[in-house]
Amino acid sequence: METEKKTLIKVNNLVMHFPIYRGVISRQVGAVHAVDGISFDVQEGETLGLVGESGCGKSTTGRTILQLYKPTSGEVYYKDKNLVKLRPEAMRMMRREMQMIFQDPYASLNPRMTVRDIIGEPLMAFGEASGKEITDRVADLLKLVKLNPDFASRYPHEFSGGQRQRIGVARALAINPSFIVCDEPISALDVSIQAQVVNLLEDLQKEFNLTYLFIAHDLSMVRHISNRVAVMYLGIIVEIADRDTLYVNPLHPYTQALLSAIPVADPVYYEKNRRKVLEGDVPSPVNPPSGCRFRTRCPIADAHCAEVKPELREITPGHFAACLKV
Amino acid sequence: MIDHLLQVENLETQFKTPDGIVHAVNGVSFTLNEGETLGVVGESGCGKSVTMLSCLRLISSPPGKIVAGEAFFHGQDLLKMDPEELRHVRGAQISMVFQDPMTSLNPVMTIGKQLCEPLKLHLNMTDQQATNRAIELLGLVGIPRAGERLKDYPHQYSGGMRQRVMIAMSLACNPQILIADEPTTALDVTIQAQIVDLVKRLRDEMGMAIIWITHDLGVVASIAHRVAVMYGGFIIEESDVKDLYANPTHPYTLGLLGSLPHIEDKVHTRLFSIEGMPPVLYQKPVSCPFAPRCSYVTEKCWQENPKLETVSPGHRVACWVDTKSGSKR
Repeated sequence: METEKKTLIKVNNLVMHFPIYRGVISRQVGAVHAVDGISFDVQEGETLGLVGESGCGKSTTGRTILQLYKPTSGEVYYKDKNLVKLRPEAMRMMRREMQMIFQDPYASLNPRMTVRDIIGEPLMAFGEASGKEITDRVADLLKLVKLNPDFASRYPHEFSGGQRQRIGVARALAINPSFIVCDEPISALDVSIQAQVVNLLEDLQKEFNLTYLFIAHDLSMVRHISNRVAVMYLGIIVEIADRDTLYVNPLHPYTQALLSAIPVADPVYYEKNRRKVLEGDVPSPVNPPSGCRFRTRCPIADAHCAEVKPELREITPGHFAACLKV
Repeated sequence: MIDHLLQVENLETQFKTPDGIVHAVNGVSFTLNEGETLGVVGESGCGKSVTMLSCLRLISSPPGKIVAGEAFFHGQDLLKMDPEELRHVRGAQISMVFQDPMTSLNPVMTIGKQLCEPLKLHLNMTDQQATNRAIELLGLVGIPRAGERLKDYPHQYSGGMRQRVMIAMSLACNPQILIADEPTTALDVTIQAQIVDLVKRLRDEMGMAIIWITHDLGVVASIAHRVAVMYGGFIIEESDVKDLYANPTHPYTLGLLGSLPHIEDKVHTRLFSIEGMPPVLYQKPVSCPFAPRCSYVTEKCWQENPKLETVSPGHRVACWVDTKSGSKR
């Protein structure tokens, strides 16, 4: 059943540093190394999961791909166009192809706009429809995300979290994009509602052949929805592999610790298994550790790890890890 | 009557809102034994936090009001206790850890000062004694260089460390009951695992009872002895932890467990999802509160709200339908 997949997004050595200014003349005294040289690609029609702890740069990666931040260096290709080099107007037109679903369904919808205006705004911005057409399109989109089309005249505060997230999904779909960055779309929702939204995202992917970059910290949900998964730590990708390979045979010690920390809804599991609990906190991205960034918390690190920066190497076909001990 | 450490009977709490009276807790009864960990599970708005806050009379009134019920702690009803007496129970004998470690610490007071406060207040310690004990407590929850870090302010601590401080603070007076309200929800998984391990270790060392409020069925499985599942202000299922996960009985519990992705699944299955959303109760329901979302719903469910009934030893369920066989109870 596998057909030759085309690469939709190609990220090449992407770096995003946020400068820190201090003092009366606002001199730059350092930089937050949010994303520090990452490369990966996303195939057409697939879901790439991007996981990591807060502050590891996963959201920044998503936003930088969409050029919401101007990257410090590196390249982002959509099909064969380098987005970093595009002029603003050309980039604006490219945004029809690329949309985003945000984490917080309460903050990402303008409270003073009706649902019709929120979902219709991208249609208007790109001149795809006007007047009555917009109303019709919005009604179709609401049906698509399983909301009552009569809700179009209501305001966001009249909806629950799950319904708002559906509105966010409808807005992202309004101009028929092919690539959607889902930035923690379910973490603000209740368990029973999370499943509804995930099922919806999967249905839409099948129907419209969408490509997702699914950013999340919930590793079990990422496993459920992704085809491939990339694990980030302090601005770099430490491991990337096919979903099952990564979860069954994690190579990087950080991935192993992260997987072992997932709470499992089975009390018997905890009697049988002892968890590997990772010590300490994530170091500051302003001044990341030398050599391997994970060495300060790594159970198997030695002096060598402080000196040499491990590169992301292909260990088995399609399975990349950045660790000197693998 | 058997001696329970905490026994709550028929607790009812309401909130007055501009839209009407919200029935947040609608007659909740449960017990907690010494050294036991009770997990309270449910989605936002199901009344799990309000139940525990009501027991300690921490509901701001107005708009909140405890309209009925009793909460016996060592034979004394916390709900009728003299405020001054209650103040001695709170913090010293029953203490609480809140969800958000960022907002529950005072940002303009040093960690040391905040930690010493309950010690001086409840245990009448001198400054020196309190400081020594504070250092000991920070060490206990695994904060390195505790002596120096007492002088730090909350913003100098990471999220996980702040939650450790909150736990240290709640343990300051050796409480008999620790109520933890979603203590790991705001934290990353690796830090969450650290905190769960820490609380388990402290529980075993100090022998306190814990009420662990959460929406995460995974976390509960790792820490609780017994679990109560709440929906619409009622406990709808209560059981020993292993029995609950092996034999979930209420349709809501079944739905919650079904909506979790299973990490060991090889083939891609669709997630089970409960349609609709949790109710906001402007009236005390006469029917089963879960009926509008339930796939097993019968005529009777609309007429009468089922009470918790024992289905097997130590396992109670409030449902008219036997979900295993599909027949009526």
